[in-house]
Amino acid sequence: MSARSLLLALALLAAGCATNGDPRDPLEGLNRGVQAFNDVVDENALQPAARLYRNVTPRVLRDGVRNFFNNLDDLFIGANNLLQGKPVAAVSDWTRFAVNTTLGLLGVIDWASDMGLEKHNEDFGQTLGRWGVGDGMYLVLPLLGPSTLRDTAALPIDWAGDPVLQHTPVDERNALTAVRLVSRRADLLEASRMLEEAALDRYVFLREATLQRRRSLVYDGRLPRERPPVEEGEAR
Amino acid sequence: MRRMLSCVALALALAAGAAQAQPTPDELVKAVMLDIQRIIVEDKELRSGDRAKTIRLIEQKALPHFNHVGMTALAVGAHWRKATPEQKKRLAEEFRTLLVRTYASSLSAFGDQKFEFRPLRMKPEDTDVTVQVRVLQSGAQAVPVDYDMEKTARGWKVYDVRVAGISLVVNYRTEFGNVVRDKGIDGLVGALQAKNKSLDAAPAGEQK
Repeated sequence: MSARSLLLALALLAAGCATNGDPRDPLEGLNRGVQAFNDVVDENALQPAARLYRNVTPRVLRDGVRNFFNNLDDLFIGANNLLQGKPVAAVSDWTRFAVNTTLGLLGVIDWASDMGLEKHNEDFGQTLGRWGVGDGMYLVLPLLGPSTLRDTAALPIDWAGDPVLQHTPVDERNALTAVRLVSRRADLLEASRMLEEAALDRYVFLREATLQRRRSLVYDGRLPRERPPVEEGEAR
Repeated sequence: MRRMLSCVALALALAAGAAQAQPTPDELVKAVMLDIQRIIVEDKELRSGDRAKTIRLIEQKALPHFNHVGMTALAVGAHWRKATPEQKKRLAEEFRTLLVRTYASSLSAFGDQKFEFRPLRMKPEDTDVTVQVRVLQSGAQAVPVDYDMEKTARGWKVYDVRVAGISLVVNYRTEFGNVVRDKGIDGLVGALQAKNKSLDAAPAGEQK
């Protein structure tokens, strides 16, 4: 399909689907379509792989695999902390990487956390957010899932800073990427089941959760909170 | 003078008694969570995910510390004021049931988790606080769980829970708002009822 006919198809999809008119989600119709597509892929490929992975591997191996990939992330996390004006956090991230890569056998064991060096969560989308860039509209990306316009724009930088994606040769990179994907999906099996149960409208629930989560991450969890209910016990 | 001293002593004793009867919010959260964890660790059926028993455990141990009517009011948002007392009652009941059902399917994992309880710095006159707990999992980033609590006549009650920065009541607000706009308050009650029925009919847990 040419780029033009793809665009046309997307426009038709977006126009054809009913939306709830949420100003943060102007492409709701299109997003719902992409999410339905992602769900099919998830249910038929990713989830079965994740379940198989969990059933056939011992926990200690899964912990090691998770730690290995999380350790590689710490380099870029540190860079983002530096860009956000948090040099102490950046040094902590890089120290984590140094400790875990050496003493922790290429990151398989997370000694740094035991030493009190806390694991952080940063990416370039968060850095842009810290610099004052707003979320932009909500987007569901094919295969990659829920995101925002800002975070989507940041993706090329995130990819450039991802040691796994930058790894050569390509077949090794692909294998590593696949293992990481399955490992991360396996960690989310419970969460995704809970999502199915908790939501009246799964799409809306996931969107709200994503937007809240991203906002919280940009501010490192220090956000103003809900006000207490005024009518305590009124309807009891 | 002696009489005054004994009065002071009495007042102190009463104050101490009151303090004992009403733990601080962070002490309360810690005691409740560790109690629930201990019960799960010691009970084989709970650990293997016995649903009915888990639901009973939550209702007995956790629910008394939640202001579920207040939570429902926050989740329903602006529409709450338009609801009749009867509608409010039914909304609160159905929402409470949904939260218990959802919570129940995640609780069997509770047994393996380690918690870090952050000490709460509060002034004696505070009536609205956030108790911070972090769930530590081997090899992964700790998950912050924040309990927003307010002081009521019946002790400290939770009115919102934020997991990894995601507020429960904020998350439901848009969803509830959409349903109310399309189908009214009774439509929301009906949607919650239908959801709860479907959860009871097919309890998730067949796939672990």
